[in-house]
Amino acid sequence: MAQRTQRRARRTQDFGSLYKGREGQWSWIAHRVTGVAIILFLFAHVVDTALVGWGPDAYNKVVRVYQNPIVGLLELGLVAAVIYHALNGLRIMVIDFWPKASDWNRQLIYGTTGVFLAGMLPITIIMLKHILKEHF
Amino acid sequence: MKPEPWWDEFTIEAEPTDRLLDALHYVKWYKDGTLALRRSCAHGICGSDAMLINGRNALACKVLVKEVAPKVTVEPIRGLPVLKDLIVDMEPFFEGYKAILPFLINADDPPDRERLQSPEDRARFDDTTKCILCAACTTSCPIFWGDEQYIGPAAIVNAHRFIFDSRDQGAEERLEILSDQSGVFRCRTTFNCTEACPRGIKVTKAIQEVKRAVMFRRF
Ligand code: FES
Repeated sequence: MAQRTQRRARRTQDFGSLYKGREGQWSWIAHRVTGVAIILFLFAHVVDTALVGWGPDAYNKVVRVYQNPIVGLLELGLVAAVIYHALNGLRIMVIDFWPKASDWNRQLIYGTTGVFLAGMLPITIIMLKHILKEHF
Repeated sequence: MKPEPWWDEFTIEAEPTDRLLDALHYVKWYKDGTLALRRSCAHGICGSDAMLINGRNALACKVLVKEVAPKVTVEPIRGLPVLKDLIVDMEPFFEGYKAILPFLINADDPPDRERLQSPEDRARFDDTTKCILCAACTTSCPIFWGDEQYIGPAAIVNAHRFIFDSRDQGAEERLEILSDQSGVFRCRTTFNCTEACPRGIKVTKAIQEVKRAVMFRRF
């Protein structure tokens, strides 16, 4: 009955101005960017954790490389990415399971962004303090 | 061989209450007769003149000059092959529309009079009956630009119009088509479609209702 409908290819040129989508478009882009950032971290994380298979020395040696302020800032970025991705993901799930919520999508985006920023404020202070104490 | 795309600039005078379509007419009639654009009704109902206006999809006949003056950028809608200037090949768009069987399916013998329906049943799909197939929603969708196979918001809106119609019996078939990997679940809820619809259809909401119908086979 229902076969996969193969539609004609419609390659178009990449020419023109940026589409000015609103909050929804930007939250979607942020969701993608944070998602990719997190998965890249996971690749590195799988590798460094697996190093323990070569014994604690190997592991410690590699993990010590992480102990510098730049990685500290990257960690802060990672926390931000995870929190944003989680909160925005919850918003998407609400809209998925309760279509009526899409009437308030913009408000929901402002809500999740607000919670995100409120959460990031103390986290940033704590982590920056830690970086300063460790390295300077 | 197609020439490279380019921008052209025209300076014209217009009343603030003129429509952008009037301004485009002026360009075509008095400045550059080769300018190609589609329009028919000029009153926001035929769906011919969806364009990318200052970075957002809209109907040129529903945008007033005062909303965009002094400088406006008009581009063809995105994600469909440009044929000339503001005219795109709408065929891939209509293929998606046709794929969802946009007609009443009912195997029962035709009744002597209308197929009756309660006001509540009618209200279920009222919003999606408003579609004029202008493609403003579909060509505002980042997923549609990137995925050549994605059926697009407009097709889903029109599927919604029949899936939730109590007189129709083709919902199962349509849901099967839309559960395909190029179907309704490609939607990432960016809401660009809802913002772009010149008829004010809550497009994303309709898509979400169809997603639910696919998941729970409830409609
Ligand atoms: S010309 Fe008919 S919708 Fe604009």
